[in-house]
Amino acid sequence: MRLELERRPEQSRLMLFLSPVMAIAITVLVGALVFAVAGINPLRGLYVYFLSPFERMWSIQELMVKAAPLIIIALGLALCFQASVWNIGAEGQYTLGAIFGGYIALTFADGPAYVVLPAMMLAGMVGGLLWAGIPAVLKTVFRANEILTSLMLTYVALLVLDYLVRGPWRDPMGFAFPETAIFTAAATLPELTADGRLHLGVVFALALVVVFALALPTTLRGFEIRVAGNAPKAARFAGFGLSATILFVFLASGALAGLAGIAEVSGTVHQLLPTISPGYGFTAIIVAFLGRLNPVGILVAGLVLSLSYIGGELAQMRLGLPLDVAMVFQGILLFSLLACDTLIYYRVRLVGRQRVAERGDVA
Amino acid sequence: MKKVFVAAAAAFALSAAAASADDPIRAGFVYVGPIGDHGWTYQHNAGRLAVEEAFGDKVETSYVEDVSEGPDAERVIRQMAEDGHDIVFTTSFGFMNPTARVAERFPDVKFEHATGYRRADNLATYDARFYEGRYIIGQIAAQMSESGILGYVASYPIPEVVSGINSYMLGAQSIDPDIEIRIIWVNSWYDPGREADAATALIDQGADVLSQHTDSPAALQVAQERGVYAFGQASDMIRFAPDRQLTAIVDDWSDYYIERVQAVMDGTWESGVVWGGLDSGMVVMAPYTNMPDEVAEMAAETEESIRSGEFHPFTGPIYNQAGEEVIGEGEVLSDEQIHSMDWYVQGIEDTLPN
Repeated sequence: MRLELERRPEQSRLMLFLSPVMAIAITVLVGALVFAVAGINPLRGLYVYFLSPFERMWSIQELMVKAAPLIIIALGLALCFQASVWNIGAEGQYTLGAIFGGYIALTFADGPAYVVLPAMMLAGMVGGLLWAGIPAVLKTVFRANEILTSLMLTYVALLVLDYLVRGPWRDPMGFAFPETAIFTAAATLPELTADGRLHLGVVFALALVVVFALALPTTLRGFEIRVAGNAPKAARFAGFGLSATILFVFLASGALAGLAGIAEVSGTVHQLLPTISPGYGFTAIIVAFLGRLNPVGILVAGLVLSLSYIGGELAQMRLGLPLDVAMVFQGILLFSLLACDTLIYYRVRLVGRQRVAERGDVA
Repeated sequence: MKKVFVAAAAAFALSAAAASADDPIRAGFVYVGPIGDHGWTYQHNAGRLAVEEAFGDKVETSYVEDVSEGPDAERVIRQMAEDGHDIVFTTSFGFMNPTARVAERFPDVKFEHATGYRRADNLATYDARFYEGRYIIGQIAAQMSESGILGYVASYPIPEVVSGINSYMLGAQSIDPDIEIRIIWVNSWYDPGREADAATALIDQGADVLSQHTDSPAALQVAQERGVYAFGQASDMIRFAPDRQLTAIVDDWSDYYIERVQAVMDGTWESGVVWGGLDSGMVVMAPYTNMPDEVAEMAAETEESIRSGEFHPFTGPIYNQAGEEVIGEGEVLSDEQIHSMDWYVQGIEDTLPN
C-alpha cells in the first residue's frame, strides 16, 4: 500500500476554501511545537508572532507599509506569470525606478510638491519600464531566455545605484558616506497619519489591487494574457500578437516595480542608499504565487508575508527567539500554504498492492 | 480558536503587568548581521552579554539580528522604543537616519548609534579607533611578507574603511617603503562566499599576507587552507586559522555598554561622542601568534606607544596619491580629517571606487 497523488479532473472548490485554513492550522500546530521545543510557552509564542503586530495602530500601519511594495510588484509579476513570461528581475526594475525618481527628487528638490511628486512617480515607472524593456526586447527579438537576462540585469541595476550614491549623487555634507542628501518635504510622499509611517504608496497599492481585480477578468487584454500563457497556439490562431503580449506584460510589470521602488524610497527611506530593498523584488515572486496570481489573493499574500517578517522581529525582541528559528517559522508557513494548495488540483489516494502489481512492469 | 487567542492575550497582559512592578533597565540592541558572523555583530552581542553579566536582574536586554539597512531599520528601532526599552544601541552606520528619526519621536528614550555622526539630546554616537590596530598589523604584515604584496578584502569605501587601509599601508611602509597592496571591494559587510572569493583572488595575485575589513572569518579560513598569513577582524578568530592568524583587531564594546547602561540607571546619561582606541580598551590586540619573537616584540612596542599617546598612526609627513603633502613633519591628522577620509596615501596603487 502506498499514497499516491492523483490529478483531479476539476479543481476542488472545497479545497480552494479549505487549503488556506488547513495551512494556517498546520502552521499554528507546528509553530506551537517549535516554541515548546525552544522552551517558550506556545500560546505566548503564537501570540507574539501572529497577533502582537496588531496591538497598536502604528504597528498595523507598518504591516501595510511593508506589504505595499510587495503587492505592487507582485501585481505586475502576476501579469507576466499568467502569460508564462518569467520576469524575475523585479528587484532591478524596482532599483531603476528608485534611481529615476530619485534623480527628480534631488534635481528639483525645491519645486512645488504637486509637480515634483507626480514627476517622481512617473519617472520611477519609466525607469522600471525601460529596465524591463531590455529583457523583453531580447526575448521577443533574439529569443534570449528572460529568466537569465532579467536576473542578471538586477545585479547591474544594484551596481548602478551603488555607483551613484558613492559617486556623483553623494551628499556633499555627508562626510563621504555613501548616501544622497535627504529628500526635501516636496519630494517626500506625505505620511497619512500622525503616529505612523502610512504613506501614499500604500494607497497606490490598494488602488492598483482594485483596478487589477476589475480589469483583468473583463478586458480583452486580460484575456489575451491568459490565452498567451495557457495556449500560445490558440492565441496565434485567434490573431493575438504573442510578441506584443510579451512586451506588454514585461513593460507593465517593470513600470509597477519602478513605481514600488520610488514610492518606497520617497515614502520610507527618504534618500537613496546602497540598500533600499530587503529583497522586495524576489519576495514579490513568492507573493504573486501565494496569491495564485489573483489581485485580491496577492493583497492577502502580501499582508501575510509582511506579518511573518514583523512577527519574526517581535519574536526575536520579546521572546529572544533566534533569527534562524524565526525564519524556520516563515518557512513552515510558506511550505504548508503551498503544500495544501496541491490538494486543490490533486487528491491523495491509497493505492493497493494489486494496482501496484498491475502497473509493475511500467514502473 | 478565538478562545485560545484571548487566553494568550490575557497571559501576555499579565506577564507585562508583572514586569512593570519593579523596573529593571531595558537595553535593546539592533544588529546589522547575524550574531554568528563571528566578527562585528558577534562582538556587539558579547557586549550585550557583558551588560547582563554585570547587572544581573537589574537589567533586561533584547536584540534583533540581521536587520537590513533599508526601510526595515526604522520599524525595528521604533518597536524597541515602543516596547519600553530605556536605551537602544543601533550598531551599524546605515542605521543612522532611522535612529535619528525614531529618537525625535521618543525624547525619553536614550539612543546610541555606532559609527555615525548625527547626534541629538537623546542620541549619542560611539566608535572605536580601529585604525590604531591597523597600523600595528601593517607593520607585522610587511615583516612577514616574502612577496612584498599585501592583500586587503574591503567592504565599502566609507571613511572608516579607507582610514583603516591608509593606516595599514603607513604601518607597512614604515618597515618596507616599497611594499605593494592589492585591494578588493566586496560591497558587503557580511558575505562569506564573496569574502572567500576575494581572498582567493588576492592570493592568486601574489599576496601572501591578507587583511580584511569585513565581518566573517572567511578570509582567514582561505589563508589557513592556502598557507598564507592573515589577521582576524573584530573578534579573535584564531580558531578559524590556528596556524595562520598573526593577531586580530578585537572590538571590545563591553566596558562602554556597561558604562552607558549604568549611566541610565543613575540618571546621569548624556549625549556625546566617544571614539575609543587602544587606551580605552575598546580596541584590543589579540595575542601575537605564528610569528618570530622579534616581530611580536616590535608589534607590542608599537602597540604600547600608540596606547600611551606617544605615537599617532597618522603622523606627518603624509602624502596623498598625487604626491601632495597632506600634513607636514610632526603634525597629526585631526579627528575630523580621519572621520571624513576619502583619499589614499601615496604608495597605494588603486583608485577609490567613487
